[in-house]
Amino acid sequence: MPAKRTRQRRRVPAALLAPAVVGLAFLILPLAGLLARAPWTELPARLTEPAMLDALRLSLATATTATALSLLFGVPIAWLLARGDFPGRSVLRALVTVPLVLPPVVGGVALLLVFGRSGIVGSWLHERFDVTIPFSTTAVVLAMTFVSMPFLIVSVEGALRGADLRFEEAAATLGAGRWTVFTHVTLPMIAPGVLAGAVLCWARALGEFGATITFAGNFPGRTQTMPLAVYLALQSDLEAAIVLSLILLAVSVVVLASLRERWTAVA
Amino acid sequence: MRTGFALALTACLSLAALTGCGGSDASGTTTLTVFAAASLTEAFTEIGDRFEAEHDGVTVEFNFAASSDLAAQITEGAPADVFASADQGNMDKVVDAGAAADPQTFALNQLVIAVPEGNPDGVTGLADLARLDFAACAPEVPCGAAAQTAAEGTDLTPVTYEADVKSTLQKLTLGEVDAALVYRTDALAAQDEVDAVEFPESAAAVNAYPITALADAPEPDLAAAFTEYVLGDDARTVLETAGFQRP
Repeated sequence: MPAKRTRQRRRVPAALLAPAVVGLAFLILPLAGLLARAPWTELPARLTEPAMLDALRLSLATATTATALSLLFGVPIAWLLARGDFPGRSVLRALVTVPLVLPPVVGGVALLLVFGRSGIVGSWLHERFDVTIPFSTTAVVLAMTFVSMPFLIVSVEGALRGADLRFEEAAATLGAGRWTVFTHVTLPMIAPGVLAGAVLCWARALGEFGATITFAGNFPGRTQTMPLAVYLALQSDLEAAIVLSLILLAVSVVVLASLRERWTAVA
Repeated sequence: MRTGFALALTACLSLAALTGCGGSDASGTTTLTVFAAASLTEAFTEIGDRFEAEHDGVTVEFNFAASSDLAAQITEGAPADVFASADQGNMDKVVDAGAAADPQTFALNQLVIAVPEGNPDGVTGLADLARLDFAACAPEVPCGAAAQTAAEGTDLTPVTYEADVKSTLQKLTLGEVDAALVYRTDALAAQDEVDAVEFPESAAAVNAYPITALADAPEPDLAAAFTEYVLGDDARTVLETAGFQRP
C-alpha cells in the first residue's frame, strides 16, 4: 500500500519546528533537573534494596493487569461508542471520560464508597463472601483501571471512527459473520490505535498515585507501588525519592522502547 | 546563598504588594508573620485573635503548612517572624541553617486510638488492635514514627501505612478500618464521628512542638512578644482545649 519510500530527509517547516523545540524543552527540562540532582553514587545500593524491588515488581504487575482489563472491557466500550446506534450515546461518551477529569484522590474516595467495606457493592461482598477489597492488591488494580481505561477508550474510539467502513461492509457481503468481521477486519485495521491506547493506559497506570493511596492504602509488598514509595521517601529524603523516580522512569522507557521496536519490526 | 537572598527578596516584594511584608504600613498597623504546623491551625488562629486583642495595631498573619515545607521555606529565606514546628527534627533543620536559636517547647501531642463513636469493638488498649483492622501513619512521617515507638515490642501490623495523620483518620471515618492511631488533637477535632481511647504506651512517643522567633524576623520585638505569649498561661488554655498537653 505505501508508496515507494524515499530516503531523502523531509524538511520541517520553521513554523512547526520552533514551537516543537520549545515544547520539547519544556517536557524534557524537568527530567534533566532530576538527572542533575540525582545522587548517582547511591544508585547501586538502591537498586538492590528489597523494598524497592518489591515496589517495582508490584507496579509492573498491577499496571500490566490493569492494561489487560482495560483492553478486555475498553475495546467493546469504544466499539459501542463509535458504532453503536442508541439514544444517549454522547452522554455516555462524556461519562466515560469522567475519570480523566476527576482528581484521582476523589476517584479513590468514590471507589471506597462503592467497593469499600461499607460501600454499596463492598458491603455485600463483605457479608456474602467475606471479601474486602480495600488495602489489597486487587484494589490497586481497580484504582489503576478506573483511572487509565478512559485513555484506551478514547484512542480506540478515535481509531474506529477513522477506519474505512467499506472493508467491513465488503466482508459482510462476502458472508462473514459480525464477530468474524470484528476479529478479522476491524481489529487488524485499528491495531495501531489499540496499541497506542494500551501504551497510554499502561503508562498512566504505572504513574498512578492518588486513587491508589486513597483506595488501596499503603502497605509494602501488597499495595505500595513505586509512586507511593517515591511519595513517602519524599517526606524524609529528597535524594532517595529522586533515585526511585528515575528507576521507575528508566524501566518504563525501556519497556516502551522495546515494545515499539517489536511493532515496527512487524509492521 | 545568593539564590536564597534573591528568593527572599522576591517573596518579600510579592508579599509587600499584598500585605505590607511585615513592618508598618501607612495606616499604622504592624503585621507579624507566623509560620506554624498544619496541626496548629485551630489553636493558633484563636491564639492569634487573642494576641491581636491585646496588642493595638498588630495583625497576625499565619502560614499553616506541613512543618517540613515551612522549614524549607524558612531556610530558603522566606520573610517570617516566628516558626512553630510540629516536631523537633524540622526545627533542628532551621536552627542548623542559622535561621533561629533556642527553640522552646510549648505543647505536647500524644497518640490515641481513634475508634468509631460509641466504641463498637470495645477497644480499651493497644492489645485490642491485634484482633482488628487498623490504620497508622507511615514511619517516614512524624505520627508514624511515634506509632512505631509506641508499639515497640508488639507485633501489631496495620492494614495500611498512611501518608499523613488526616488520611489515617479518614480511613476510619469512611468505615474502612475499625481503629486508627492518630494524635489526640486530630481525634478531638473529629469528635462528632470518633471516640479517643488513651493508651499508656503512647507516653513513650510524645511529640514536642517547639517555637522560636527567627533570626531575620522583620519584626523582632513583636516576634519575641508572640513567642512569650504562646508559652504563657492564656495560650496554654487554648492549646489544652484543642487537646495538646502542657510540656
